[in-house]
Amino acid sequence: MLRSLNINPDKCTGCLQCEMACSFENEGVFNPAKSRIKIFTFHEEGRFVPYTCTQCDEAWCLHACPVEAIKMNRETGAMEVLDSVCVGCKVCTIACPFGTVNYNQTTGKVIKCDLCGGDPQCAAACPTEAITYVDADATGLEKMRAWASKTDNQAHAN
Amino acid sequence: MSWTRKILRVNLAEGSVSEEPLNMEWADQYIGQRGLATRYFVEETNPKCDPLGSDNKLIFATGPLTGTMASTGGRYSVITKSPLTGAIACSNSGGFIGAELKSAGWDMVICEGRSPSPVMLHIVDDRAELLPADDIWGKSVWDADKIIHQKLNDPQIRIAAIGRSAEAGCLYAAVINDLHRAAGRSGVGTVMASKNLKAMAVRGTLGVGNVRDPKQFMQVTAEQKQVLAENAVTGQGLPAMGTQVLMNVINEIGALPTNNMREVQFEDANKISAEAMAEPRESDGKPNLTTNAACFGCTIACGRISTIDQAHFTVENKPEYWGNSGGLEYEAAWALGADTGVGDLDALTYANFVCNEDGFDPISFGATVAAAMELFEEGVISTEQTDGMELRFGSAEALAWCAEKVATGEGFGTDLGLGSKRLCEKYGRPELSMTVKGQEFPAYDPRGVQGMGLTYATSNRGACHLRSYTVASEVLGIPEKTDPLSVDGKAGLVKAFQDATAAVDSTGLCVFTTFAWSLDNIAPQVDAACEGGWTAEKLLEAGERIWNLERDYNMRAGLTGADDNLPKRLLKDAAKTGPAEGKVAGLDKMLPEYYQLRGWTADGQLTDETRSKFGLPA
Repeated sequence: MLRSLNINPDKCTGCLQCEMACSFENEGVFNPAKSRIKIFTFHEEGRFVPYTCTQCDEAWCLHACPVEAIKMNRETGAMEVLDSVCVGCKVCTIACPFGTVNYNQTTGKVIKCDLCGGDPQCAAACPTEAITYVDADATGLEKMRAWASKTDNQAHAN
Repeated sequence: MSWTRKILRVNLAEGSVSEEPLNMEWADQYIGQRGLATRYFVEETNPKCDPLGSDNKLIFATGPLTGTMASTGGRYSVITKSPLTGAIACSNSGGFIGAELKSAGWDMVICEGRSPSPVMLHIVDDRAELLPADDIWGKSVWDADKIIHQKLNDPQIRIAAIGRSAEAGCLYAAVINDLHRAAGRSGVGTVMASKNLKAMAVRGTLGVGNVRDPKQFMQVTAEQKQVLAENAVTGQGLPAMGTQVLMNVINEIGALPTNNMREVQFEDANKISAEAMAEPRESDGKPNLTTNAACFGCTIACGRISTIDQAHFTVENKPEYWGNSGGLEYEAAWALGADTGVGDLDALTYANFVCNEDGFDPISFGATVAAAMELFEEGVISTEQTDGMELRFGSAEALAWCAEKVATGEGFGTDLGLGSKRLCEKYGRPELSMTVKGQEFPAYDPRGVQGMGLTYATSNRGACHLRSYTVASEVLGIPEKTDPLSVDGKAGLVKAFQDATAAVDSTGLCVFTTFAWSLDNIAPQVDAACEGGWTAEKLLEAGERIWNLERDYNMRAGLTGADDNLPKRLLKDAAKTGPAEGKVAGLDKMLPEYYQLRGWTADGQLTDETRSKFGLPA
């Protein structure tokens, strides 16, 4: 079963545990500046929103890459960057409509979410379940459950 | 090692910066942050220095766990000599700039001298420079933050700054970081202003990557996050209600200081409580509280993000205050509310926004307004001093007016900026000042929580709840329940809390974790990150060493045992209502025992024996 990262901004507190988990898994340091997932704070609105790659099926980054350095991992569905092939041309960063592929000036390659090979550390580290890793065909399940609970057929009975 | 082992020294007089290695021998004795910065401060400054003179120094210090994945590991402290108390000042803040500084590769920034003109410190990883700040001098923290982000063209930069109150000389001005987190107490912002240092802007992209045993660290920090999640206070109470969970609780036990501590219960406590913040309001159906929020790395997330009712008189014509910002924490809600008798939640939230916007401590501010209200009601001051404003207990208009005046230092704002002690002295009624060592009380009346009387009297930075939060034991039963109305055993309780807290404040972690964690939970996290064989015993010993070092500094600065005192009101006037009715603060019964447990003389001085036991400078 394919799984997807599912993001619920309502539950996010902006603690950045996910950014640290991501950078630690991928770079070996606690470093939000090198995280593949980012938390955005909308101060005036009082909202925190986690944002990262959603692993498009017809991925713009994959199609744009001139050296075929981005491949789909069949097991996880993640679009992965092959560091040995990537030439750091950054065309994928232009092609991606969502901005979730970014250049890493330390390595000269691009970085993006690869779902940590099927065990995404951001979801594991999130203390509030704002980021979960769920059945790719049912990312709407919890939202449906929340709305379902509001359709109270008994409300008008008495 | 989770220290970066690097100090940034900033010479403001010369406009130069330099790098030096961290003294690792001291790090082994004083951990980091509060303890280690105090060790540097004691070494480098004259305890008799004028707090606002050029020879005072200002240190921004992170701890070894700052910037790591340990829960709450984002703290930093500002250490200096306080202009409010003349004692050591050490104010701790969360938000994000502490971790950013660490991620830029610095354990500490030591600022010395005084710049001839306004400057800001700009740090990007290992590069640091002083930039002219004439264009942001005279701006609020919020405006300065906006301008700096634009000027440096970097939305990800983290900023700490002082506001107009500090520039105007308010003695309890704070350093505000990330718009609404504060190194709030003792006037650390006033010192920053005296150095002509308007702001520090930091971007760190190096990360913290040098933990001693990464695998062990990830495992033990994950386990300890689980402990926080499963604890009723850190897992439920604080995220849902914030520190404001305390308002009704403390009122019920008769320890909510009201009307400048004339009373111990506030009839409108429920109107300014966490419960009230969650109530939808009439005008727009939205509650005051929008959401909770976390500081860097914090899995508790007690922060409040709030709005003010747009129809409220304080903001009806000021759309710039209609958005969300940092909402009321318990101490601020108490000082701005109960202590002034104001039961108007929106007025309190407005005053709190203004405190953040222009950088001053809401505890000291609220308590000073309370003193001014008593002076007014006693007829000592009149509308002549206050430009016609009636400073009466319970007046939301007066509270909002006072906040605006202190923000800019205009008119009566200059008097209010003196703090309660100097204000009451100026008008010839020093007994009306509810302070210790010149610093205003926080939100627990020692008549109803006896341990807090000793806490306030002996705190190294003047009246403060965060130096030994015995409320945890006396009210909440953490780690075990003691009787809040009894003085028995409180000397030992206060000492134990003081030492443990000094250690926690030196690690980079937040003291709020200690509702769930003891040093036994913290030591394995420090040990996995740092060389040195960190056990709970070693942390506690370091904590006691830090406490004694701070005390020793204060004695050299000219304080004496006589300063370990409480205002007469708390010692002579019994609580009039509630469970503590008839009680006064029993300080005289606790203090001698406390000195004895500390190994100090009967008049509160350190002995050479104590100094040598902890390896303190002679």
